[in-house]
Amino acid sequence: MIECQNITKTYKTGEVEFNALEGVSFKIERGEFVAIMGPSGSGKSTLMHILGALDTPTTGQYFLDGQNISLLSDDELAEIRKNKIGFVFQAFNLLARTSVLRNTVLPLVYAGINKNERALRAEIALKAAGLDEVHFNHLSNQLSGGQIQRVAIARALVNNPSLILADEPTGNLDSKTGEIVLKTFEKLNREEGRTIILITHEHDVARHTRRIIHIKDGKIEDDSNNQ
Amino acid sequence: MNFSDIFKETYISLAANKVRSGLTVLGIVIGIGSVIAMISIGEGAKTQIQTSIEDLGSNLLTIFPGVVQPGRGIVSSGRGSAQTLKNEDIETITEIEGVAAIAPEISRRFQITAATGNNTNTTVTGVETNYLFVRNLKLADGFFITDSAARGLGREAVLGSTVAKDLFGENDPIGQSIRINRVNFKVTGLLAAKGGFGFSGPDDMVLVPLSTMQKILAGADYLSTISVSVADKDRMNEVRDNINYELAKKHRVDEPDFSIISQEDILGTLSQVINTFTIFLASIAGISLLVGGIGIMNMMLTTVTERTREIGLRKAIGATKSDINRQFLAEAVALTFVGGFLGVAMGWVIAFTVTSLEIIQTSVSLYSVFLAFGVSAAIGIIFGYYPARRAASLNPIEALRYE
Ligand SMILES: Nc1ncnc2c1ncn2[C@@H]1O[C@H](COP(=O)(O)OP(=O)(O)OP(=O)(O)O)[C@@H](O)[C@H]1O
Ligand SMILES: [Mg+2]
Repeated sequence: MIECQNITKTYKTGEVEFNALEGVSFKIERGEFVAIMGPSGSGKSTLMHILGALDTPTTGQYFLDGQNISLLSDDELAEIRKNKIGFVFQAFNLLARTSVLRNTVLPLVYAGINKNERALRAEIALKAAGLDEVHFNHLSNQLSGGQIQRVAIARALVNNPSLILADEPTGNLDSKTGEIVLKTFEKLNREEGRTIILITHEHDVARHTRRIIHIKDGKIEDDSNNQ
Repeated sequence: MNFSDIFKETYISLAANKVRSGLTVLGIVIGIGSVIAMISIGEGAKTQIQTSIEDLGSNLLTIFPGVVQPGRGIVSSGRGSAQTLKNEDIETITEIEGVAAIAPEISRRFQITAATGNNTNTTVTGVETNYLFVRNLKLADGFFITDSAARGLGREAVLGSTVAKDLFGENDPIGQSIRINRVNFKVTGLLAAKGGFGFSGPDDMVLVPLSTMQKILAGADYLSTISVSVADKDRMNEVRDNINYELAKKHRVDEPDFSIISQEDILGTLSQVINTFTIFLASIAGISLLVGGIGIMNMMLTTVTERTREIGLRKAIGATKSDINRQFLAEAVALTFVGGFLGVAMGWVIAFTVTSLEIIQTSVSLYSVFLAFGVSAAIGIIFGYYPARRAASLNPIEALRYE
């Protein structure tokens, strides 16, 4: 479902060029639960931005569901993100002072789905992400860190994406809450067959996945199944 | 993203920062409000002057001694400064075709004393019977100066309402006697109050017979004004030309040593002055509107910077450039629209206050309201355009990385 062929990403800061990714190739099939691991600055977020159609590679090809993403314009990328990708970030996932339901529904708003269907799908997604119904009408700043991440996961689910990308989703949580959030991902993968890519630099987090891709200095160091 | 969603997002973001949104709106409110108030005051002044000039009498031509030059006022014509209108001219003008009635007059200021001991200093005008009709005045009580009194040195006086109040208070002035310049007169009539600020001030005036004024009070045989009522409005110019010709012939001069002014002349000049004044006031108000617009732009730019991460997030979950663009533009337009609405209300209140304080009878015209709304929407679009474009063109990754 995902195929990366020799992807590089070069950042230019003035005269200085920096290769954040240097020839990355791998495949991920539908229904996989993969962790991308590596030390800070190794290019994990850069790779995730490309996988999530937020950015395009400098050279190389990236196919998502057979479609070559590397050549698309800004608006076409937005279209891909809207229909095929769900993001969970480490921090600042929700709009401030906006209700849980409104936050969850936002991808559907941009997708032009009608109101009734939106509300229905948001509730299903929130339940799937394990958020208690009492919080549905709370504002984003009335939630705990763990609850925020659940809402973020619900929002990532709500448009039925082919791929869910999570960049250090437990980075801001204590280990117990982080564990609960990771269990949620595991469950979504196991029971609903969602394809999930989880970015982390913690082994404890990667342990929950079934495959780990190690990257270092912009290159894949190791790609192995987990146990 | 459909309209109601844009509206909802706009509401959420503006409500998230109520104080700032409110202050920004205030700039527009003051701008629009003062434009509306200024225009309504200008329009009001214009209408008021129009009516008071039309009140002077219908189809009125006024003949003054001396030459009036446009923009320079009355200029004396060399010899015998401004005493060129004589009693003989009355007959000449009466004979001209198309003249319905004629009212010669001469005025001076005098000290006037009533038997009660009250006194006042005001304009005393010597007139004939026609004056009432030609100048479109009405009697409140008593009777007006008769033909015989006008010619036969009668000692009768008709009081304007202000003068009557000054001299007799609430008492009935009819039948009372007054002294003008130490000459005794008997009050026979009272003029109906006209109000407003007509520049000939019919309320603050005492009318006496023409002959009495010329021979006894002023000791002069000339006239200060001759008012002519023309029978047919469409023949005003023709009658004016005829008077010009006949009177110049009678005075045996090549260039007229008098001036004829019609209501239209006065109306035209005054309207022009007031228009200029209105434009002047409105442009000062317009500057505050511009400042309000810059306030909107300032706030929107701050908002875009502050909400960089939010913009990144929205883009990550599928917002296109035009979605973001529309959202921020909608915020700016919503601010100016609310500002425009409140501004119209504020302008209205100012105009209403000015009216109820009896300063000027203002009128808020529909066109100025539409103009205000148009302008405020335009300001929203113009000053919101750049910030919105800046928001839309943010790179989602940089926006997400922004601390
Ligand atoms: N816009 C940019 N301009 C220049 N250099 C950049 C830019 N974005 C990232 N980099 C560089 O690319 C490298 C990879 O960055 P990236 O954010 O992918 O690291 P990461 O693996 O996610 O690290 P972390 O675990 O700290 O999040 C870093 O050295 C970073 O400095
Ligand atoms: Mg990172």
